[in-house]
Amino acid sequence: MSIFTEENLKKIEELRSRYPTAQALVLPVLWIVQKQHGYISEEAMKEIAELLQVPFGHILGVVTFYTMFQEKPVGKHHIEVCTNVSCLLRGSDKVLAHLEKRLGVKAGETTPDRKWTLSETECMGSCGTAPMFAIGDEYYENLTIEKIDRILDSLQ
Amino acid sequence: MILRPVDSEKNSAWTRLIVPDTPDFHRLEVYRAHGGYEALRKALGMKPEEVTDEVKKSNLRGRGGAAFPTGLKWSFMPKQSAKPKYLCVNGDESEPGTFKDRQIFEFNPHQLLEGILIGCYAMGITTAYIYVRGEYGKWITMLERALADASANGLVGKGILGTEFSTDIVIHKGAGAYICGEESALMNSIEGQRGYPRVKPPFPAQNGLWGCPTTINNVETMTNVPLIIQRGWEWYSRIGAPKQPGPILVGVSGHVNNPGVFEMPTGESLLEIIHKWAGGVPGNKRIKAVIPGGSSTMIVRGENLEGVRMDADSLKAAGSSVGTAGLIVMDEDTDLIRVITRIAKFYYHESCGQCTPCREGTGWMWKILTRFEKGEGTMKDIDILLDVANNIEGNTVCALGDAAAWPVQSMIRRFREEFEARAVDRPSGSREAAA
Repeated sequence: MSIFTEENLKKIEELRSRYPTAQALVLPVLWIVQKQHGYISEEAMKEIAELLQVPFGHILGVVTFYTMFQEKPVGKHHIEVCTNVSCLLRGSDKVLAHLEKRLGVKAGETTPDRKWTLSETECMGSCGTAPMFAIGDEYYENLTIEKIDRILDSLQ
Repeated sequence: MILRPVDSEKNSAWTRLIVPDTPDFHRLEVYRAHGGYEALRKALGMKPEEVTDEVKKSNLRGRGGAAFPTGLKWSFMPKQSAKPKYLCVNGDESEPGTFKDRQIFEFNPHQLLEGILIGCYAMGITTAYIYVRGEYGKWITMLERALADASANGLVGKGILGTEFSTDIVIHKGAGAYICGEESALMNSIEGQRGYPRVKPPFPAQNGLWGCPTTINNVETMTNVPLIIQRGWEWYSRIGAPKQPGPILVGVSGHVNNPGVFEMPTGESLLEIIHKWAGGVPGNKRIKAVIPGGSSTMIVRGENLEGVRMDADSLKAAGSSVGTAGLIVMDEDTDLIRVITRIAKFYYHESCGQCTPCREGTGWMWKILTRFEKGEGTMKDIDILLDVANNIEGNTVCALGDAAAWPVQSMIRRFREEFEARAVDRPSGSREAAA
């Protein structure tokens, strides 16, 4: 069975008009696959390679190069805590420590119930509203311990 | 995230031009009601070279870090070309301490699109790619909405504003790699490759995206362009510092009461930015150090800030640079060894691995700095660290090597005592670790 839905295949065909080569579709297609499946499996990479007529090794090289492409499934909520300099100056170590304690996992790990994955991340461009974390596309900024607890309580 | 208003006379004296405070300015109808896309109309009535000339004379310099003169860059593009020509707009915005372009995506996307269209017209380009970092999913959606509105209203695509001029704009989403903010890595990323920087020459204007003539400009830079066309280079060149004029988005983060992005003319005093715009340092603490323009710019000691301004000449004299104007403020209690160790870790993580000095050197610097953080560094380590940094600088394909070396070099040169105080074999009588 194809990893692509009919709708996604249609979307990919539309994307072809935006670029002069099929290889340029590698990143957009990886995003489409990750959005649908949550991660990019080896099977998926093979199918993408086939669809775009690009070597499998090239797809693997791209997936492993870019931090945001996941090769393994992550938890339902993937918390990415910025610990870079502007967040560090405003207490990101406390944010991370609190999350590690509350979730019972270290940065880089997923909870056994697969609900939460916790990661440390590089600067997300939220320096004026530090400290922060992101869950998916959503930014949670100006964090306090109370605010973190409220956010986590609200996510099921 | 908002552009925070600042309760000082400074703010009211400046009318914002890049991110105006008009409500709903991001909406096409509001933008047009305030004269939006009229600069494009005006440009389309000019000869393309006249448009480039106007930008050249305005002295607009790139806002992405290198401060290269924009009009000059445009003039490098061949007038006649058998191959298509491309514009890449850099919205990768990944330099730690930088959070300005996202304000434009959110609050003034049409001025960016208008600037891109004017640039395309001036350079004879029919396709522009806006490269936006993958983490900015929300802002990509906002930009996509603006682009769809502009397209539906005949402002992007075929026969723009009823003329023969046609240009497509494509938004390309990155996937988490700082290096893709480097212009040649960015082009490789659009081509669907790993973000490896290319050896230069050839330069992008000759051999860029898919081997075609290409110009790469920053998001904020392009947002300045409609202002220049609409109100003329003379007006623009009189704003702020003469050699690097215009409005600039300054992001202030770290130890200030009112962090955020502030729009101001170039050449404002750093101390005024910190105290008048960003509300000063909490608890009125002393400023130990600032990083003036994103993590790769050289650190400046707090006591040397008197008279230093946010412009190229002044910051050069202070031994640093404007960079992306992401000003990071550190108070007297800051553990600078922790700060530099974290910055070094970032460059180690983000090195693409192509060049040995950067791939290996960034890791060595991070490891040595980690020793200092744990109190296990030695006096000799300080010089080894400097030696590693000096051997990265200038010896790599792209500027990431330099960007990794400069913070370490400047931290040792300007705060050597912090390293010595942490060294296990420090001479007796030297002061204890300050932090």
